[in-house]
Amino acid sequence: MALFTTKGRTFEVSVVISNKPGVREPEGETILHDLVAKSGFKQVESIRAGKYLRVKVVAPDPASARKLVEKMCNELRIFNPAAHSCEVSIGRVPGQ
Amino acid sequence: MRVAVIRFPGSNCDLDMMAALRMIKGVEPDLVWHEDVSLGREDYGAVILPGGFAFADRLRAGAIAANSPAMATVKRLADRGLPVLGVCNGFQILVESGLLPGALLRNSTLKFVCKWTHVRVENTRTPFTSGLREGQVLSMPIAHGEGRFFLPHAELAQLERDGLVAFRYCDASGRPTLSSNPTGTLHNIAGVCNKAGNVVGLMPHPERAVEALLSPLGHPDGAVVLSSILVKSGGRRA
Repeated sequence: MALFTTKGRTFEVSVVISNKPGVREPEGETILHDLVAKSGFKQVESIRAGKYLRVKVVAPDPASARKLVEKMCNELRIFNPAAHSCEVSIGRVPGQ
Repeated sequence: MRVAVIRFPGSNCDLDMMAALRMIKGVEPDLVWHEDVSLGREDYGAVILPGGFAFADRLRAGAIAANSPAMATVKRLADRGLPVLGVCNGFQILVESGLLPGALLRNSTLKFVCKWTHVRVENTRTPFTSGLREGQVLSMPIAHGEGRFFLPHAELAQLERDGLVAFRYCDASGRPTLSSNPTGTLHNIAGVCNKAGNVVGLMPHPERAVEALLSPLGHPDGAVVLSSILVKSGGRRA
């Protein structure tokens, strides 16, 4: 999604921070075991909760917008690389 | 010895720490606001990051404080070998600033755990454990929701090989059992230090265990931890 402004285009960039595979994530486990599985959704195998940031950024193009947000996440340690993965993507997460 | 206690917006154990340090003969604590640039100019013998909820734990416990002006100075001082202690939220800040390895994740029960614990001293080569014996069992309280120490398997094994675990949760006899692990923390880790040994972080609160009368076992174990800073400097211990 891009909006034209006087400074350039505004892009919405999504940042999803979650525990890496292998790092226990008790909130997702609770949602799975105590809500979803008990409510009959037996097909659901795994749920991982995380943190979601929706970032608006002015940039010349989508690739630059994404690169800027990746740089921000790395330099400011928006995620802890020992335990978290950080996925940066252009546009809103579907359904948001 | 002058000791700086850094206060962040949301610190709530800063005054307890100041009171505990004032009980130790030879220690003069100063409460220093995190934006106070005098931190780097004063002649401090140690810096302590107290517990609390710096910046309301937004983003992640310790993550915003890790980028505060004080932490840039603390990193510089720590690189020069100055003793730095982080307690609870202070430990989280040290981890998020990269001064200590790993991550402190939400407790496996998702609950805020507030209770007295036993911890075993694993490493006496730091300025905050030099007054203790290896294997000594201390009684100190914890109060946190994010204290599950995590490192990937290989890095955790290296941490253990390097002897960088400072404190481990244990039972009264000193065994690090599953039932004595209050948060699901890996290897029962309650505190770690950096490779140089001058930066130490722990989840239990030594400043809340300085009065024998208020400790379940009647031992002011926290006072022994805090007064360790005087051992290497040749000062008096409490």
